[in-house]
Formats: sequence, structure tokens, C-alpha cells
Amino acid sequence: MLSRVADSLYWTSRYLERAEHTARVVDINMGLMLDKSEVSEERRWKRVLAALGHPRDIEWNDDVYVLVHTLCFDTSNGASVTACVFSARENARQIREAISTEQWQRLNRLFHEISRLRPPSPSDTQLSEFLPALYDGVHLFQGVTDTTLSHGEGWQFLQVGRFLERATATTKLLDIYQREVFANVDDTVDAYEYLEWIGLLRTCTAFEAYCKVYTADLTYERILEFLLLDPEFPHSIRYSIDRLHRSLDAIQQESHGHHATELMRVSGKLQASLGYGQISEILGQDPARYLRRILEQCRQIHDLIYEVYIQYSVQTALAL
Amino acid sequence: MNTPDSEGRMSTTLLRGEFDNPLLREYFLDQAFDEMFTLEGSIRPHYSALLRMISGLPREELQRRKHSADVSFLMQGITFTVYGREEGTERIFPYDLIPRLVTGEEWDVIERGLTQRITALNLFLHDVYHDGKVLAQGVIPREIVYSCQHFRRQMRGLQVPRNVYVAIAGTDLLRLKTGEYVVLEDNLRVPSGVSYMLTNRRIMKRTLPHLFHSYGVRPIEHYTQALLSTLRSIAPEGRPEPSIVLLTPGVYNSAYFEHTYLARQMGIELVEGRDLVIHDNVVYMRTTGGLKRVDVIYRRVDDDFIDPLAFRTDSILGAAGLFNAYRAGNLTLANAFGTGVADDKALYAYVPAIIRYYLGEDPIINNVETYLMTEKSQRQHTLANLDKLVVKAVGESGGYGMLIGPHSSVADREEFRRRIEANPRNYIAQPTLDFSRSPCLLEDGSIEPRHVDLRPYILFGDKVTIVPGGLTRVALRKGSLVVNSSQGGGSKDTWVLG
Repeated sequence: MLSRVADSLYWTSRYLERAEHTARVVDINMGLMLDKSEVSEERRWKRVLAALGHPRDIEWNDDVYVLVHTLCFDTSNGASVTACVFSARENARQIREAISTEQWQRLNRLFHEISRLRPPSPSDTQLSEFLPALYDGVHLFQGVTDTTLSHGEGWQFLQVGRFLERATATTKLLDIYQREVFANVDDTVDAYEYLEWIGLLRTCTAFEAYCKVYTADLTYERILEFLLLDPEFPHSIRYSIDRLHRSLDAIQQESHGHHATELMRVSGKLQASLGYGQISEILGQDPARYLRRILEQCRQIHDLIYEVYIQYSVQTALAL
Repeated sequence: MNTPDSEGRMSTTLLRGEFDNPLLREYFLDQAFDEMFTLEGSIRPHYSALLRMISGLPREELQRRKHSADVSFLMQGITFTVYGREEGTERIFPYDLIPRLVTGEEWDVIERGLTQRITALNLFLHDVYHDGKVLAQGVIPREIVYSCQHFRRQMRGLQVPRNVYVAIAGTDLLRLKTGEYVVLEDNLRVPSGVSYMLTNRRIMKRTLPHLFHSYGVRPIEHYTQALLSTLRSIAPEGRPEPSIVLLTPGVYNSAYFEHTYLARQMGIELVEGRDLVIHDNVVYMRTTGGLKRVDVIYRRVDDDFIDPLAFRTDSILGAAGLFNAYRAGNLTLANAFGTGVADDKALYAYVPAIIRYYLGEDPIINNVETYLMTEKSQRQHTLANLDKLVVKAVGESGGYGMLIGPHSSVADREEFRRRIEANPRNYIAQPTLDFSRSPCLLEDGSIEPRHVDLRPYILFGDKVTIVPGGLTRVALRKGSLVVNSSQGGGSKDTWVLG
């Protein structure tokens, strides 16, 4: 597979995953904001910005609707949901021959729907059609990807982009909740806190899955355990890293893995740490540091993917 | 029932059973050949089932089908971007729902004529870049060849596989008032549009399935497979399993959709210049598994831009060193460099002579009468009749650099007179042709005739393949003679029958 094509596949799915995650964060917090809450608007939306990794040039300036408009629709801001969908399509458009017609049509349709549903100004911000259209479009794209594209190298690069983005986003989210919401937990959980915790689970589409494992009995340890270490839930960090590692392994085999040893070592190490980790152990030491190390390793994996598959030097390649 | 209309043209009321058809109220006939009706107003037999079916559908139904076909084009991303607007404003290329019908007999003549023409032109290119016999014997004046801006002296003496210079051609045909097909121009460099031929067909099959089935249309879907085997047949010697790629200028090129479409349908890599690396005169592409050798490039980048070392130094679309790899025989390019010398508009006038010289045959399809501005008498005739003729710049395409006499202003004509006198080699003139019209469906659901041309696609490798049909381009504006998509043209599917 051409390096340029691998690069575009990787970013197509990363951008779509990012669009979905950003939309869900906004969606859930818009909902929580409606209830009477102990959290001030300012604190809530600053937390949202932190969870999204402080996107460049977006600041809280005392107007929820302006912020939501920026996060969802502003194409001059690369982090907005709309900009992410546009970027995903632009990447896919450059590799039309590498993806299936069904995938392209699905993504193209999402692009046209999103363009149509963009409100002209913050005062008209209306999410009730936009968000479901976005979720559906992304999910349909994933479904069509799985059923129409050969599960070869190209499909694996799509998985790598998607799960690396998901692991990163979920880690950032846990990191901010860990510092802001869970930091001063005592034994009694009041209704306000309960709502915030449900919000966290919902942002990861994890509420129902969590209840099936632990019932609706929410505790701080269990939520962390579920989102960090659950082996079966598709949005948990462990699951994402498992899938990431598996795809990197498949890519290594298919491309005859020139020089991928270091990449496989780093992703394997992260996978093992999550696979064999225990929540009591993590909480007993320094959970914030643990999360930051995961983020650091994700960044390293990204850099190594580039070094091995995409931007290698011609001299090294000729020497092989 | 012939009465001159306001423009002095003869218009004919339709007779013989069609005069009360409400769809045809505005249909007009004059001296131009009409694809559906004879000059007397009776329907040509092969069109009668088509007209009956369309007239039998409620107007809304036809418009509904047209709409769903539009949506299908949009969703497939077969669009071009409207510049200067916000993102998301993409338009589809206009197309018409009524197919153009070509009878089997007509097609067989076209096929033989185009085969003859491409064979002769390839022999000519080989000769020009080797012994130059055709020039030495005075069949073609040397200055026409050597003054052509697409002549590449770098190609002198260079051996190309199977002596195939033009592997892929798209020749524009017109139909005169007698019904005879003539060649308007040969496109021998990087002809485009074949993807529209293929997607139009797919949409038409979905939109009018019963009609399509009842007509027994010859298939065209094997085009991409034929293209692939053509490319394979001209691979460098000693490369039995050649690696074939399509080189595109990239996503901002207006034909990018076509490049991705063809690459996908053939199952070959679509590469950009930045994906290629040349080392020791061998071309490689950069893949996730390291560098992989490339043997054949179907290039959709012009000569000028393909190698900054050999041609334009400011090009970033090509790959440095590509021409040396080509010269070393490690790479085949389709089409070869320098084929533009054979589709120069002044050289065009000599193509019948070329056919006679190399094949000893008379041309099966004729040229349009052409006046060379380098010939004094022909130039004088042209300058005296600028208001009746079409003047074209020899190196241009896409309908640019053109004067259409009857539609021009005095100032336009003065401008062209000055240009012709300053640089006669750069211009040719042709009579303004009243070429054929085909029925088209208008916005309001009625049917009117519009001018059309026909571009069949010719593949030349170990054998000649011409898929039956081609791209019929339509001048959608009433009275317009310009079919180029950049200037208000559209397209329609072409059905070769029997």
C-alpha cells in the first residue's frame, strides 16, 4: 500500500472518531446544563474544553451557544465537528481508489447532510437534527467499512486511526474527571454528582454497558475500572489498545514489517500494562500519572507509525 | 409546411403522427441533421420505441427519475467544485436523460475508420521521431512538425515498446447534414471523459431499465479491463508481471474523479508525483512495505509537468528523473512523450495524407475542411470570411482560444485578424458547421433538439479496442455550438444498437 494512502486512511478514521466524540461531549453537557446543578456553566464548559484537549483558538467567553456553535459548526476551527467531517472526507477523496464505493458514498452523504444542517449563526444553533445525523453517518460508515472493504492492510490502518483516537480521547476525558469530579469524593454521593457520573458514562456510550456489569450502582472505582480496564466494552481504553495492537501486528505481517520492532514493543507494553493492571493498584499509586503515561505512549505510537510506514527515509529503504 | 422563422431558418412542423405530442411542441427542424427525425418530419425507426416510452410516462415521473439520477451523481461525488463559494457547494456535471442512438451499421464504419486513423498516426509518430521519411518525401512540410510546440526532440531515436506512441485516444466526431460522420479533432495526449461514458451508462441502466433492455445495447463495461490489458501489453521487455500505476496531478485536478475511478476499476495504484522515487534509472513508489518498482505509468499529467529535470523545472506534479528512467527503457509511459505533434490542429489537415502514405488506403472517415494560415491563399480566403468561419489556435483544447465567426463581434474579428497575421502558424480556420442535433429533455419536461458531438475512446496496444459508444457531449444552451463542459456543455449516454 502506498504510504500516502495509509496516511490518509489513518486520518480519515481518526477525524471521524474525533467528530463523534466531540459531538457526544457537547451533546451530554448541553443536557446536563439544563438540570439544576452545582457546577457553574463556566466550570462545566471549561471542563469540556479540557476534555477535548484544549483545541486551539477556542476559549470560554460566557456564552454557551457561541461555544457550542464553534465546537460543532465553525469550519475555520479545525477541531469542530463539521471541520472534522470535512477533513475526513477530504482525506477519503484523495484515496478514492483505496476505499470501497459504498464507503465513499456513505461519507459523501454525511458530508452533504452536515453541510445542509449547519445553522448560519449561533443564535439559530439547533442540534436536534444535526447530532443524530452525525452519529448515524459515522456508524453507517463504520458498518459499510466492515462489510465492503477487505480486511487487509487498508482496513487495519482505518482501525489504527480509530482506536488510537478513541484511546487518546477517553484517556483525556478520564484525566479531567479524575482531577475535577472524583478528586473530592467521600462516601455519600448526592444527586448532582450522580448526574455528572452518568454524564461521563454516557459520553463514552457506556451507561447501559456499565449497568449490565455492575448494575446502576455507580461508584468512582467501578467507573474508572470499567472505562479503563474492561476487556469487552468497545470504548474502554483497554479494548481500544487491544484492537490497536492487533491491527499494528496485522500491518507488520502484511508489509513484512521492516523496522517495526520498536513500534510493536511500545504498543505491546501498553497493551500488557492495561491487560494485567488492577484498579486497586492503579488507585493505590497515582491514577493521574497513570493516565498521563497512557497519553504519552499513544503519542509515541503515532510518531513510530509515521517513522516506520509513512515518512521513512529513502536511504534506509534502499539499504534493505 | 416549411416556413422561414425569424432568423430566416427553415422550420418544419412535425408531421406523421407526432404533431399532437405535447412534449414536442417546441421541437424544430432545419438544415442540421436531426438524430431523431428526418428532414420531412418522420421519425427515424430506431427512435420510435424511445419516443413512445418517454411520451407514455407522466411528466412528473420523468422528472422524478431525472432527480433521483441527479442525487445519485451527487452522492457518488461525480461533481466539480464551484469556486469562490463556501465549502459544500459542489455541482454535478449536467447530463441528459435521453440517450443518443447509433445504429450498428453506422458504428461499424466508425470503428473501422478510427482503427485506420490510430494505426496511421502511430506509424507517423514513429517515423517522425526516427527516420523522418514522411518529411523527406515532402508529404508533410518539415516546418509544420518542427514548429509544433508539442514536438519533443528528446524523443528522437528513442525506442518505445511495440512502437506504441498513442495507447489511449479520444477522437471527436461530428455529424454533418448529410448524416456523414467526420473527425473534428484527435486527442492524443491525455484525453479525458471516459469515466462519464461509464457512469452515464450505469445511471441510465438504473433509470430506464426496461427501455435499455428492449434496445439490445452493445455493452461498454469492459473498457477498464481492455485498458489494463492494453497497458500490460506495452510493458518494458523482461517484465512479465508489470506493476502498473496511474499518475494523477492530484485531488485539485478537474478530472480527479476520473483518475480515481479508473484506478479503482482496474485495481491499480493511483500515485502522485510525490509517491515516486527514481534511483539508478528505476522508478519506485513509496509503500508501507518499503519501495516497490513501477514498470508502466498511465499518466494523466501533461508532458511539460512530468519531470522537472527534463521539462518544466517549476513543476511539482511530476517526479525528478522520470524521463531518464524512460530513456533507459525501464519504464513505459502511456501515452508516450511528444504525441501532441500528431494532434496539432495544423497537422490535422494532413491526416488524410498520412493515412494514404502509411496504409495506402483512402480515409474511411473524412476530416472537416481546414484552411492553413501558413498557406497564403487559404489565409487570404479566411481573413476575407472571418464572419463565416471558425478560427482555432492550434495548441489549445477545451474550446478555448476560438473565434466562432457568425457569433462574433467586429472587435473579436479584428483581434483575431491581428493575431493570425502576427503568427499564422498558430491558427487554422474551418467552416462553421451546422452539426447534428439530438433530442434533449429540458427542465420543464419538454423535448427540444440540441447540438451534439461524439467522442469514442480508442485503445491501441497489441490490438485495437474501441468500446461501442463513447461520450456524447451536448451544447445544452439553445442554438449553442460549444459542447465543452467548461462552457455550458453536458453529456448523454450513447447506445450502439444491434
